[in-house]
Amino acid sequence: MDLDLPPAHASFRDGVRELAQAVALPLAAEVDRDHRFPQEAVGAAAEAGLLGVLIPRQYGGLGLDALAFALCIDELARACASTSVIVDVHTSVGSEPILLFGTDEQKRRWLPRLASGELLGAFALTEPASGSDAASLKTSARRNGDGYVLSGTKVFITNIGHAGLYIVFARTGPDERAAGVSAFLVPADTPGVRIGQVFKKMGLNGSPTGELVLEDVVVPAANRLAAEGQGFTVAMRALDSGRIGISGQALGIAQAAVDEATNLMKGRPREQGDDFTLADMATRLESARLLAYNAAWLCATGRPFTRQASMAKLHSTDTAMQVALDAIQLAGEEGTISGSPFERHVRDAKALQIYEGSNQVQRIVIAREMVQ
Amino acid sequence: MNFDLSQEQVAIRDTIRELVQDRVAPRAAEIDEKAEYPKDIERLFADNGILGIPFPEEYGGISGSSVTICMGIEEIAKACATSSLILAVQALGSYPILVAGTEEQKKRLCPPLASGAKVAAYALSETGSGSDAAAMKTKAKRYGNEYVINGTKQFITGGSIAGTLVVFAQTDPEANHKGISAFVLERETSPWQAPKLEHKLGIRGSPTAQLVFDDVKVPAANRLGEEGAGFKLALAVLDRSRPGIGAQALGIAEGAFDYALAYARDRQQFGQPISSFQGIQFMFADMATQIEAARHLVYLAATKVDAKAPDLTKVASMAKLFASDMAMKVTTDCVQILGGYGYISDYPVERMMRDAKITQIYEGTNQIQRVVIARSLLK
Repeated sequence: MDLDLPPAHASFRDGVRELAQAVALPLAAEVDRDHRFPQEAVGAAAEAGLLGVLIPRQYGGLGLDALAFALCIDELARACASTSVIVDVHTSVGSEPILLFGTDEQKRRWLPRLASGELLGAFALTEPASGSDAASLKTSARRNGDGYVLSGTKVFITNIGHAGLYIVFARTGPDERAAGVSAFLVPADTPGVRIGQVFKKMGLNGSPTGELVLEDVVVPAANRLAAEGQGFTVAMRALDSGRIGISGQALGIAQAAVDEATNLMKGRPREQGDDFTLADMATRLESARLLAYNAAWLCATGRPFTRQASMAKLHSTDTAMQVALDAIQLAGEEGTISGSPFERHVRDAKALQIYEGSNQVQRIVIAREMVQ
Repeated sequence: MNFDLSQEQVAIRDTIRELVQDRVAPRAAEIDEKAEYPKDIERLFADNGILGIPFPEEYGGISGSSVTICMGIEEIAKACATSSLILAVQALGSYPILVAGTEEQKKRLCPPLASGAKVAAYALSETGSGSDAAAMKTKAKRYGNEYVINGTKQFITGGSIAGTLVVFAQTDPEANHKGISAFVLERETSPWQAPKLEHKLGIRGSPTAQLVFDDVKVPAANRLGEEGAGFKLALAVLDRSRPGIGAQALGIAEGAFDYALAYARDRQQFGQPISSFQGIQFMFADMATQIEAARHLVYLAATKVDAKAPDLTKVASMAKLFASDMAMKVTTDCVQILGGYGYISDYPVERMMRDAKITQIYEGTNQIQRVVIARSLLK
């Protein structure tokens, strides 16, 4: 047993930290206030190869593992949560399915452009009437000659409008549930692809979220990812490792909140009640960090990790929310003023308990094998 | 990075697991009810090398690794928290010797402990000196080649049955915590009195003794470290033993969880097992997640003991704090899942809930753990 990070991972993390603190942190308050895409930070991440963390070197990526991915997202989130979710969604659910399920041809065609950041990836599963119950999605993919025609509306799509490639899940039928779902690679410039409403949100304001409208979008069969009817499997596998990324985001936000609270407390008279709050925050964060590293390590070593990833996502995001609330309490009124990192962390953390499987869905996943 | 136990550790764990299933689990309810020290289980552990786990091979033991100690404590505590204390206190009472003893002292004092011929105990607390350990009144006065100890120690786990006792006493009362020294007392040559055993909420088979030292003579050769170095040693020992309390809490929680899960899958209400209700499933999901989180913290702390890591103090406190609070919550929820059956002594979860409580209190209350953690964050 050795629970220290491997030296190569620690040094990779330090590199990401340096970049994130230098480029993403100074933007965090501004992109939140102005609801603008943190292009400078995403661009710097791309230049450093961070948009291809999981993509093998032969396709232009860094060829690193799930643990490195978690560390990367953690460090970005510690500086700027919006930047972290953009990179996270791109890297995991927006690119990894091609790596895991794509043909050689699909990998050669798409992965180098995703790894370099020329294309930003996105994942289009959720629909207005199909959230936690993803298997009930209605977007249709009608076979038409050598291709498919996609119609429907996807919602809550991260990287909307900035993505160059959407992985879209649609019904090829005839099964009305999971077995009728297929996955498609849909370039953003395909005729019929339209950006619907882009939402104003509570937090993660630098990361655009909105509707993807598909109006008779013709997609060649070469862009179908995995076999017909395999789409739901693709989505669930993507979300398994996606949860490692969300855990990384949660750790980063929580660490930032702990760090800021610690700095604040160092500059004022000690109160034992506050000390105890800080001790609880740090302890919980440490436990969440280990759950996330464990899930990432299992994934990286090729072992089953679904349950651990759900536990990591559940515990780390609940921890981020609690720690952010505790931190703003320690900061007092000053922490509630717009522009303060304390209030931003609270708003940013909330999304993490909801997306990529609400924490209620995580509990279902965790309980499922146990109660059978 | 590697979260797995070594093959050797897995083999030790499997041996313990089997012994615990066959010999300890069937005794747990009775040990609790009668509040009797399970000497038979002490002998079982001695005969099977389990009491040798805290010691490296050169001192007659089989390991000395904190990860292995925690693994053993966890495994035993799943069935019987009282029995897990036999190993935990063997480790606690031996750490001072292993940490501060000279080679001669280790070679002389450890082998009878490693073989299980004797059990150890650790006497720090007093009536007026609990969390404030430096306020102790017990005195040790030097006369030639020996010290004479006078005073009373309170809440000493296993103090009445130990053959080897580490006692902390003031050798220079004026110097406060810098006047505290540590001594190893062997029962045959330095007998102490145990006039009173406490009646307790949990860990009822583990004797918690008041110890009285009335002109007890101890050879100067049994002083650990320099005069005045005792307080630092006491804290260094707690850094090493706290992961073990975390492991005990972890084991208690797992024992309750496993029992409640099997019960919920079996118990029919409204025509279906109660495990099919989402309200119950969510309780299990939360408990499993908290147990897993605590497990990683406990073993992180244990690896830091073995690696002598600089941040050991903080992480050991985190492990003890988180795991014991978790165990209290999980055992309480398990009682809830069993409902009325959970509350009665025919089922083990109420015992586990009572046993869990002490893990939030001893070896530094959880309030003290928070003081330790905050101090290291804010220094």
